[in-house]
Amino acid sequence: MSGAHDLVAVRLHDGVDFDEWRQRARELLRAGVAPERVSWRCDADDDLFATTDVASLPTVAAGTTVPRDFLSLAERVLAHRDARRHALLYRLLWRLTHGEPQLLRIVTDDDVMRARAWEKSVRRDLHKMKAFVRFREVRYDDRASVFVAWFEPEHFIVERVAPFFVRRFAGMHWSILTPDRAAHWDGESLRFDAGASREQAPDGDALEALWRQYYTSIFNPARLKVKAMKSEMPMKYWKNLPEASLIPQLIREAQPRAQAMVQAAPTTPRKRMTTPAPPAQDVATADSLQQIRRQAQDCRQCELYRPATQTVFGEGPADAEIMLIGEQPGDHEDLAGRPFIGPAGRLLNQALEEIGLDRKQLYVTNTVKHFKFEPQGKFRLHKRASASEQGACRAWLEAELARVQPRRIVCLGGMAASAMFGSEFRLLQERGQWRTLAEGRQAFATVHPSYLLRLPDERDREQAYRHFVRDLSLLVQNR
Amino acid sequence: MDATAKLAILADAAKYDASCSSSGGVKRDSRASGGIGSTEGMGICHAYAPDGRCISLLKILLTNFCIYDCVYCINRRSSNVQRARFSVQEIVDLTLNFYKRNYIEGLFLSSGIIRNADYTMEQLTLVAKTLRSVHRFGGYIHLKTIPDAAPELIEEAGRWADRLSINIELPTETGLQRLAPEKNLRDIRAAMGTLRLAIEESKEEKRKTPKAPRFAPAGQSTQMIVGADAATDRDVLVTSSNLYNNYRLRRVYYSAFSPIPDASKALPLVSPPLVREHRLYQADWLLRFYGFTVDDIAPAQSAQANLDLDVDPKTAWALRHREQFPVDLNSATRETLLRVPGLGVKTVDRLIELRRHKRLRFDDLTRLRVATRKVAPFVITLDHHPRRDSESSTLRNELLSRPQQADLFA
Repeated sequence: MSGAHDLVAVRLHDGVDFDEWRQRARELLRAGVAPERVSWRCDADDDLFATTDVASLPTVAAGTTVPRDFLSLAERVLAHRDARRHALLYRLLWRLTHGEPQLLRIVTDDDVMRARAWEKSVRRDLHKMKAFVRFREVRYDDRASVFVAWFEPEHFIVERVAPFFVRRFAGMHWSILTPDRAAHWDGESLRFDAGASREQAPDGDALEALWRQYYTSIFNPARLKVKAMKSEMPMKYWKNLPEASLIPQLIREAQPRAQAMVQAAPTTPRKRMTTPAPPAQDVATADSLQQIRRQAQDCRQCELYRPATQTVFGEGPADAEIMLIGEQPGDHEDLAGRPFIGPAGRLLNQALEEIGLDRKQLYVTNTVKHFKFEPQGKFRLHKRASASEQGACRAWLEAELARVQPRRIVCLGGMAASAMFGSEFRLLQERGQWRTLAEGRQAFATVHPSYLLRLPDERDREQAYRHFVRDLSLLVQNR
Repeated sequence: MDATAKLAILADAAKYDASCSSSGGVKRDSRASGGIGSTEGMGICHAYAPDGRCISLLKILLTNFCIYDCVYCINRRSSNVQRARFSVQEIVDLTLNFYKRNYIEGLFLSSGIIRNADYTMEQLTLVAKTLRSVHRFGGYIHLKTIPDAAPELIEEAGRWADRLSINIELPTETGLQRLAPEKNLRDIRAAMGTLRLAIEESKEEKRKTPKAPRFAPAGQSTQMIVGADAATDRDVLVTSSNLYNNYRLRRVYYSAFSPIPDASKALPLVSPPLVREHRLYQADWLLRFYGFTVDDIAPAQSAQANLDLDVDPKTAWALRHREQFPVDLNSATRETLLRVPGLGVKTVDRLIELRRHKRLRFDDLTRLRVATRKVAPFVITLDHHPRRDSESSTLRNELLSRPQQADLFA
């Protein structure tokens, strides 16, 4: 039995085992033992004092819950090499359960800062071990090779990092030897045993010459940044990295090498390398629609080409009887270089299918051939092309009309309608009525499918869609 | 030529590609397949070279023979550099052997253009396919994509690779025309558009049917050479923000034009503008994570179209906008805090968490290891009120980062 002020000595068999520490800490908390009274010891410590049987201490406090993030913090801090880690964690636990439940949020508190710093150091060590372990192959005549590494981690992390190597190298047999622990994988199970010494690991591997060549060649002597290298690859790890012994020489030679490159006069090519033949020019007999399509790719009549991906030209048979003219391409169309393939295009396809028209038979194009947009966060918001941009694009539409010579035209949306019928045209009043254009062409206008997509109310949308289909069905009536 | 000699040539030729990232892929490990290789989201840098760059992937060219003549490139067809070519099997073996020894996270394979775009793309894809399907290799694969290769070939590449990339090469079209006359901005951008569509479609498919094939799950990236042409930093940033926005790139890498052996007469060599490169990366971060626009960082006025090399771009912005400071750390919004020089995203989030529980004092900044000298003129805490009257020019001098000495090995 111990009094409320006696020291309590706690012995841990394994100072890195989270479950054991957690069990002792729970018992101490239950017995109401304040952190100042606890002295933590590990088996490895030289110890002259008797230890207390913590489990037999009288219970004075009910079990309490601790925040989940404390548990994950504690698990990592326990891997730290500092012998004061058990005491620090118990002090945090005590404070969390004695009036400071939000303690971990106070990131500038001394105990929290130290625990976080230790956690960070363990994390970094875990990361660096994943990075800097170097296996060496040991070959056998009668069985598979074993890949063996010697590594000296800063903290007690072998058990924690070994599953990573299992996930990565499941198909190999490997061992990682460290001064504290060794981990072995035989293709089926992971086994740990006692620490090893460097001599037990192989001292070379034939592949290292190639690796050192790679390290040498990938280094750019014109951009020496030794400090950056050392902060990411601290010198304490160098002794077990086969490439690290190259570093001093690479650094020494870097400046002269870079200077020599700058000072060397530019050379003339030693042998005449033949210039590749330019891509075959279009034959004069090629479809002339194809030719203007190619010319349009280079269009710079207005500024819209700058931020856009490409000109989105019309597509469909060069002798199509029907031409659909939309407004301007959107996000998808800009990326793919084809008209009406986004959500509005899918709606159009659906409507055409309903009235029994095959889109492949139609020539589909837009009034303006570049996507105009305003970036907003991750998205590109559609913007209406200005009158001058519409004007600049007019020649391409005229060229398409002249080549395809459609007998019937559908204008989808106000922009196409004013291009065909003039700016006086009132879409909502005059939609769905055939008009006669020059050369006896028949044309009518209806709304743009994207207008339907923007209607917020589902019933309105359905109704507007029916109206849209009714307009389009003019194409299949009175033939 | 033996493997070591080839490796020396083809790794040397690959080092001008800045990216070595192996992050952002899907989670994958080798327990089910019984092969080797895993990716767990965060890439690992297995070594660092004395140029401070991470070595994460085996970054090599299939060959440095090339039919193109890009002036800045060591592999241009008119260069006198020694040529070599790996066979598909040689690269596969090298990747596996390096991977088994834990030297690398995977492979970043690029190539000079041989015969034509399609043939080259086919060879690159064959390496990835062999690694994945013959050797059950689960490590990271990044393939350089050739803009004018056939769409089926690019689709196939995306099936085996984690990441695809197409280099934009130079910030402006004029630069590209002058220095890489056989490359075409339109083709490059159209190919990036195709990749974005394919990446998004496959994600969508994957949501519907988990067994649907993947397409470049770690997305696409690009690289821009800085300092080889007359482009300003504003030009560079306008281009990158357009690329991020149009094609949802994971990263734009900036590569300071670096001296190469056997330079072209058309492009005299100078030391690489490393500070400029660094400032561009800082600006890139401000665009992506701090809510800044290109107009904030590099306004159109010609005097500010290039970033200040002496102070970081956020400090430079704050000095131009003294009217918005000082900012009260106890009450400012997250957006405002992100604009304070010296406060990073992590610190800002910690401060916001911390101020729920206590009123912030200047000492809290010290404890969070904030560069207090830098932050002090711009913030108010319970016990700290900076003088408002100091001239921006004086303040700038006080904040000047110490001049950088050439980094010499002690």
